[in-house]
Amino acid sequence: MTTLLAIPILGVLLVIQTAIFSQIPLLQGTTDLVLLAALAWSLQPRVRTAWQWGIIGALLVGFVSAVSVIVFVLSYLGAVGLALLLRRRIWQVPLLAMFIATFFGTLAVHLTTLVVLRMTGVALPISASLNTIILPSVLLNLVFALPFFTLFKDLADFLYPAELEM
Amino acid sequence: MKSSSARTWQTVILALLAVGVVALALGGYLTPMTRLATAPFISAQTWLSTRFLTIRNILSSSQDLNRLRQRNLEMEAEVSNLQSEIIELKQQIAETRVLSALVEFARVHPENRYLAAAIIGRDPSPFVKYVIINRGSDSGLRTGMPVVTSQGLAGRIAAVTAGAARVELINDPDSSVNVRLEPSGAQAVLLGSLSGELSLDLIPQNASVNVGDLVLTSGLGGNFPGNILIGQITSVSRRETDLFQQASVQPVVDFTKLEIVLLITNFRPVDIAPLIPTPGVQ
Repeated sequence: MTTLLAIPILGVLLVIQTAIFSQIPLLQGTTDLVLLAALAWSLQPRVRTAWQWGIIGALLVGFVSAVSVIVFVLSYLGAVGLALLLRRRIWQVPLLAMFIATFFGTLAVHLTTLVVLRMTGVALPISASLNTIILPSVLLNLVFALPFFTLFKDLADFLYPAELEM
Repeated sequence: MKSSSARTWQTVILALLAVGVVALALGGYLTPMTRLATAPFISAQTWLSTRFLTIRNILSSSQDLNRLRQRNLEMEAEVSNLQSEIIELKQQIAETRVLSALVEFARVHPENRYLAAAIIGRDPSPFVKYVIINRGSDSGLRTGMPVVTSQGLAGRIAAVTAGAARVELINDPDSSVNVRLEPSGAQAVLLGSLSGELSLDLIPQNASVNVGDLVLTSGLGGNFPGNILIGQITSVSRRETDLFQQASVQPVVDFTKLEIVLLITNFRPVDIAPLIPTPGVQ
């Protein structure tokens, strides 16, 4: 059920991202709403469908983007894995985990894209990519990390209500 | 008998008195007395009437106030409706301007068949310069069809679904377009970049290239039709040690403000890949 819920939620976020957020860049960097949603979902304590959300998000973004879908599958799953690791390690400070996951998750997605595009022959200068795309994207994603975490915490609390102790 | 004559006299006397009083009143002799007698009544009535009118005004003015408030609300609603209509009309005017420019472009280039499409999104990855349009294979679109605006070349279709298509803009880092420079006629290759700027490479050293020269598609390679305007040269880099000259190009199309584009539907790109010799194959 919660796996299927990923399709409409991430689909709507992808529509918003391509229609609005991709058109308001910071330098060349843009916000990755689907990645933020997958990370925020993965960090919720009672969620058991983090990997599924990561795969569905990667497939949706890969379907729309000109970049190979393999790039998104690998990087999104890496980011979700990091988020799950952080959930276990620093479970007492989930907000800190969200910021760390967003920082390294965004780096993972963009560095994977950069490496794969360079391997396929696209002339992308590393320093310019870092300065104009990767770091601005990291900053934008960090700005949106907090509201996304709050939204998906409410969603997780609604879908997985806490068990009462007798 | 005696009592009846007494009543008659009383009646006569009363009648005479009445006639006398009427005669005195008609003569104006009773005016001071009348004034004295009616003054308290007039004062009382004035006081009462004033209070009554005041109360009535208060009551009726509150009704007017309510009516005015209601009217004000109606007017405010009407103003907001008109404002939204104005915004809608301004948007329609802007769209009409774009469309009329596109129609003008199509009129100037009658050899091509055009189909208009709206930009509905951009690629989620910031590393590539692709846009998504709201027409697909259902509208007859095929991969490789050129995309233009009223100003000039914008890109070409890279992928098609039933209801939408993905367009690779010419400023994409992976894009290359064979171009011709005017007035020199020199051939070159236009390249995109990460920042979205356009540059020219492979300009022959002996070609006379100057700032302000026009850049048009050459039609070589079979990917784009010839003679579509792309931009103007803004700077030229020429070194004797290099094999070719390089140049920067200012595009005529503002890629950040693309809204509506035209697709050249009667152009079929030529796949020249089989003609390119591969090493080791005779």
